[in-house]
Amino acid sequence: MSAIWIAVIGSSITAFLNKYIGHSVPEKWLDRPRFKRINTLVPIVLLSALVGVQTFATKKEIVIDQRFAGVLVALIALKLKASFPIVVASAAITSAAIYNLF
Amino acid sequence: MSIKPKNDAVARTSLSVAFTVGLYGAAFGAAGVTAGFTILQTCLLSILLFSGASQFAVVGIMGAGGSAISAIATATLLGFRNALYGLQMAPILKVTGLKRILSAQITIDESTAVSTLQENDVDRKRGFYLTGIGVYIFWNLFTYLGALGASAIGDPAVWGLDAAVPAAFCGLVWPRLKDKKQFLISALAIVLALSLTPITAAGIPIITTVLLAIIFGWKK
Repeated sequence: MSAIWIAVIGSSITAFLNKYIGHSVPEKWLDRPRFKRINTLVPIVLLSALVGVQTFATKKEIVIDQRFAGVLVALIALKLKASFPIVVASAAITSAAIYNLF
Repeated sequence: MSIKPKNDAVARTSLSVAFTVGLYGAAFGAAGVTAGFTILQTCLLSILLFSGASQFAVVGIMGAGGSAISAIATATLLGFRNALYGLQMAPILKVTGLKRILSAQITIDESTAVSTLQENDVDRKRGFYLTGIGVYIFWNLFTYLGALGASAIGDPAVWGLDAAVPAAFCGLVWPRLKDKKQFLISALAIVLALSLTPITAAGIPIITTVLLAIIFGWKK
C-alpha cells in the first residue's frame, strides 16, 4: 500500500474517532479549561505553519516566488471580508498571471 | 424532512452555508490532484475524512513529500475540535447506534456553528442536520469537479493552483485570529515552521508548532 493510501485511510479513521468520541464520552472528560485553551490554539498554529510552508517552501528550500504574491492578494481579500471562493480564486489568478508573464 | 414555514430561516441559513462551503470543495479537489493524489483518493478524503482543514493538511503534507505518519498526526490534531463540537451537540441530538455514527460524521465547524445560532432545540437539531448533510453533499460534489478539472491541467502553476492551496489555508486560519495574541502566535508558527523546513523532513515543521499551542495555552 502506498504512503498516500495509508495517509487517506489512517487520517479518515482518526478523524471519525475524533468526531465519535465527542458524542460518546462524559462531558467532564473533555471540558477542561486548559485543554480548551490549547485546543483553540492548535488549529491556529497548524494552519499558520501550513500557510508558511506552502507559500515559501520548495522541497527543503525557502523561496519567494509567484505564490507569495498570490497569498498577499488572498490576505487583502480576507481583510476586505471576501468569501472563501473569491479569496482562493484571487490568489490563483494573481499567481498564474505572474508565473505566465515572467 | 419537510420544511415548515416557521423554520424557513433555519433552512435558508443551512443551505446557503452548505452551498458556499461546498464550492470550496473544488479548491480541495484541485489541491488533492495537484499534490499527486488520484481522483479516487481525493474524493475518498471528502467522503470519509470530511473535515476541510484536516483534508487540506493531508494533501499539503503528502504533496510536499512528508510521511504518512506526519500527515495523519497533523490531520488528527486539527480534528480534535470536532470532538468538542460532538460534546456540545450530543445533549441536543440525543441519538444512539447508527444515527449517532452518521451524526458524528457530519459534526464539523459549519453544522455546529449553524446549530448553536438557533434559539430552541428543535431548530438547533434541524440546523445541525440540514447544514451537515448539505455541506456533505455539496463538498463531495465539488471535490469531484475540482479533482476532475485539475487532472485536466498539466503544470499547476500555470493556473495558479500552487498559490490556491496556501490561500485556502489563509482562509481557514483567518476567522480564528480574534486578538493580537493569536496573530502573534500565528506569526511565530510560520517562523518556526520555516526555520525547521531546511533541516527536518517534510511534515515535521508543521506538527512541531503544536508546542507553541501548548506553551501559550498552558496558562491563562
